[in-house]
Amino acid sequence: MTKQAKRGPVSSTSSADPRALWEAELAAARLRGAEFSTVSQSPLQALYGPAEAPLDYERDLGYPGQFPFTRGVHPTMYRGRLWTMRQFAGFGSAQQTNERFKYLLGLGQTGLSTAFDFPTLMGYDSDHAFAEGEVGQVGVAISSLEDMQRLMDGIPMAEVSTSMTINGPAPILLAFYIACGERQGVDPRELRGTVQNDILKEFQAQHAWLVPPIPALRMITDVMGYCAERVPQWNTISISGYHIREAGSTAAQELAFTLANGMEYVRRGVAAGLNVDDFAPRLSFFFDSHIDFFEEIAKFRAARRIWARKLRDEFGAKDPRSWMVRFHTQTAGVTLTAQQPENNIVRTAFEALAAVLGGTQSLHTNSMDETYALPTEKAVKIALRTQQLIAEETEVANVIDPLAGSYFVEAETSRLEQEALATFAEIERRGGVVACIDSGWIQKEIHRSAVLYQRAVELRRKKIVGVNCYEEPDGDATPLELHRIDASVETDQRARLADLRRRRDGARARRELEAIRAACRSRENLLARFVAAAHADCTLGEIADVLRQEFGIYKEPKIL
Amino acid sequence: MSTRRIRVLIGKPGLDGHDRGAKIVATALRDAGMEVVYTGLHQTPEMIAEVAVQEDVDVVGLSILSGAHLSLFPRVRKELLARDMGHVVLTGGGIIPAEDVASLEQQGYAKLFGPGTRTEDIATWIQAEMQRRWSDEGAAR
Amino acid sequence: MHAPTAESLAERLLRADRAALARLISWAENGDARFSAALDRVYSRVGRAARTGFTGPPGAGKSTLVNEVAKAYRGRGATVGVLAVDPSSPFSGGALLGDRIRMEERTLDPGVFIRSMASRESHGGVAQATVDACDVMDAFGLAEILIETVGVGQAEYDVVAVADTVVVVLCPGAGDGIQAMKAGLLEVADVLVVNKSDLPGADRLARDLDEAVHVRFGREQAFPVPVVSLCASSGEGVAELLEAVDGHRAWLAARDLPAARLAKRAERVRKTVDAEVSLALWGRRGWGAFVAAELAAGLAPHRVARELGRRVSETLPPAPGAPESNFRGERA
Repeated sequence: MTKQAKRGPVSSTSSADPRALWEAELAAARLRGAEFSTVSQSPLQALYGPAEAPLDYERDLGYPGQFPFTRGVHPTMYRGRLWTMRQFAGFGSAQQTNERFKYLLGLGQTGLSTAFDFPTLMGYDSDHAFAEGEVGQVGVAISSLEDMQRLMDGIPMAEVSTSMTINGPAPILLAFYIACGERQGVDPRELRGTVQNDILKEFQAQHAWLVPPIPALRMITDVMGYCAERVPQWNTISISGYHIREAGSTAAQELAFTLANGMEYVRRGVAAGLNVDDFAPRLSFFFDSHIDFFEEIAKFRAARRIWARKLRDEFGAKDPRSWMVRFHTQTAGVTLTAQQPENNIVRTAFEALAAVLGGTQSLHTNSMDETYALPTEKAVKIALRTQQLIAEETEVANVIDPLAGSYFVEAETSRLEQEALATFAEIERRGGVVACIDSGWIQKEIHRSAVLYQRAVELRRKKIVGVNCYEEPDGDATPLELHRIDASVETDQRARLADLRRRRDGARARRELEAIRAACRSRENLLARFVAAAHADCTLGEIADVLRQEFGIYKEPKIL
Repeated sequence: MSTRRIRVLIGKPGLDGHDRGAKIVATALRDAGMEVVYTGLHQTPEMIAEVAVQEDVDVVGLSILSGAHLSLFPRVRKELLARDMGHVVLTGGGIIPAEDVASLEQQGYAKLFGPGTRTEDIATWIQAEMQRRWSDEGAAR
Repeated sequence: MHAPTAESLAERLLRADRAALARLISWAENGDARFSAALDRVYSRVGRAARTGFTGPPGAGKSTLVNEVAKAYRGRGATVGVLAVDPSSPFSGGALLGDRIRMEERTLDPGVFIRSMASRESHGGVAQATVDACDVMDAFGLAEILIETVGVGQAEYDVVAVADTVVVVLCPGAGDGIQAMKAGLLEVADVLVVNKSDLPGADRLARDLDEAVHVRFGREQAFPVPVVSLCASSGEGVAELLEAVDGHRAWLAARDLPAARLAKRAERVRKTVDAEVSLALWGRRGWGAFVAAELAAGLAPHRVARELGRRVSETLPPAPGAPESNFRGERA
């Protein structure tokens, strides 16, 4: 190779500025008829260079495991340990889900992740009138400590880490888990896992709430306080952008609203008298990995940098673990299509790869059949194998943050950071996160983005294979075998609850419920009371009823 | 001078909190010139039917992504019939397997829409359906 | 319920059939020719309900407040009708009617009837439809009728003006007292509410409003408009609001409530006729084109106006049955 060739292509007219020349060529060229923007409809340039990514390496990137953690939270990243492959699972009865858990552990999965049914998510027992037709449908029905014991039967709770996706009644389910461990003879200090417990995003996007924001936030600080002392390895909250994104937000909004929620929890914890470094290291995050490969990778990197700066510089956290965004990722359910469902395997693979290149700590990959029903074992296996394939075959796990220094990825990282900071200022101007929930502003912003995206798809400015391009006449027939929940799950669950209420010490259960009522009216830690109530076989719905009576029921604001 | 507009109720029965689709459809139907009553989340079948009565709607559209459609859709219809609202066009959508769609369409649901449906197609379908009914009624009701 | 007649619907309304009430309101909204025949049949029962209007800027918490007020009236044993008016889209003519979302706990109460109404595009038509809807709710036997609308323009003022008592709802942040005065909201208020009294700035807003209405009170012989601070989301202060509304009703009663209602209705008729006449002249009779041509020819606007004014005066008919008055003389 000559010296000249090494420097790259050189224009024949040596006097012309190569950039100007290229720009002229681009401007004169005929381009394909597409909208050049991210899936969030943020405009994109044809080319990025040093001018678009002005970085101070030490200040903006640094080294893995070091402030501001743009390159990752661990010094070794996936050379030390691969991400945790954690498939979200739950359906039917506790026993059925227990079997699925064991199946997944047998396939080489390294952590459990529990999906609950809607009655459980909303704090109703399986035998409540509102639960009719919904028991076990989208997750497992857990109404009591005994249900939790059936769920964890034969699974060593001291060894496995368990994530529970529940929010409004999260403290109650965590109490069932702690009590269940105690019955297995496991010290709460040994329990590892995460409870989602992120109520702010429920009001904003996911809508499985229990009581209004202020008492809900009090319960969250109770969980943080209790766990800091007695369940020290537990992640007390998983601050989630996933549902915000699935509800239709852009990538920038997902990032901004999630981190704004995180900062609100930190403020509440500090206001409740906790030291920021006592609970901030146990905060974890949960993001969506959508279909726009580079925008997503940039989003994960920006999240780490923003949080580190905020926690160190604004909240005065001293412990480096308080500065770190450790996060779980799930591939984007909304990108799955009912049409040509096998294509979903490919979508999920791209999304999973983005999460890995973005430095996730754990990952769930969606199954191809989830636009029809809960996944079958076969579909779940392919989804898990997708992760294993990325980990073992592609060799991407060998190098830390391999896209750093890409002009484009760095420019996108900075763009998302800037948009998030602007949104924080706007939230502040509107009186903070809770005021923005009450007024419906955040919900309206998300809805607006969802409508804009839908229009773009209907106008074919954004393409979805099998839906608005490359359609097939039978594309939406259901060729897949479906996973159905038998109606007997509901009747059996009702019978078990009736039996429990007969067998238990009724007077003791009533005493514990009254003690919860008293704690609601004082400043006593509610999680401590829930653990005692769990041991007395009080049910989820009974405990939640006391909370609803004491704290009221949340009513959504008018968004439309 | 009579100016009649299509009135639609968009309802979310059950405990399912996924309202992205319901709200997008409500917005799209508004943009297609309809008057859309949105009930909000977590409605019982009784509540939806009662709102349909008070609002005198022409169309009830339900959205369910919770898998509870085989229980909730027929219950909403039963409550509507109990209130003498059999004339209402029943439709909906969500995560509903094809065989369930067929079953519900036999049980009085005029049409159910699946994932990936264009909102424009929903609006066009409703307009055509109402056109047909109104011309049957001779525009007076 | 296929194509019922005016008679059958009126008869069902008197039997407290909620679907019949709902259909009659639809007829009122649609300007259906059968409506007035139906109303005629039940008009003897109109006039028993108390009508209270609620207006204010977007985000002031009107729906939440109306829900609480409905609850409080139910607590007094009264039945309640709610009419929630939302603007129609000027682009599509459609509307999103979402006020019920704040009132869902009233949905299954047989003593409550809630109806959402779109303002549609007609000139003053929504106000007429509101009166008609209130009349049929009244004839149905609902004791307290609450009318809610966003206070953003003349059409909305017209909507609440059909009420006996108008409550203007404000909250700190969503436009201060000065803003409200500029928007003309204070002019229509019989009772002023400062909602979200727990927010910073609420006390200040209440004081500003108090001062403003005192100025107005000092100027004319009018009802001394009370300013009520409350928190609709917790229900705190709603009892005081009901007392204030009661106070206004007592004041009206002492000053001949039927006459006040009559005056409001007369005003309503006048506005509707004005709109009709204006539409006829400028639309169908070609006045717009005439004016454009005259002005283009260089005539001064006041000359053109005087000419048209004379023309209209010369041809206006007297009221039906009234003697021909010498209005030319009046003008001179």
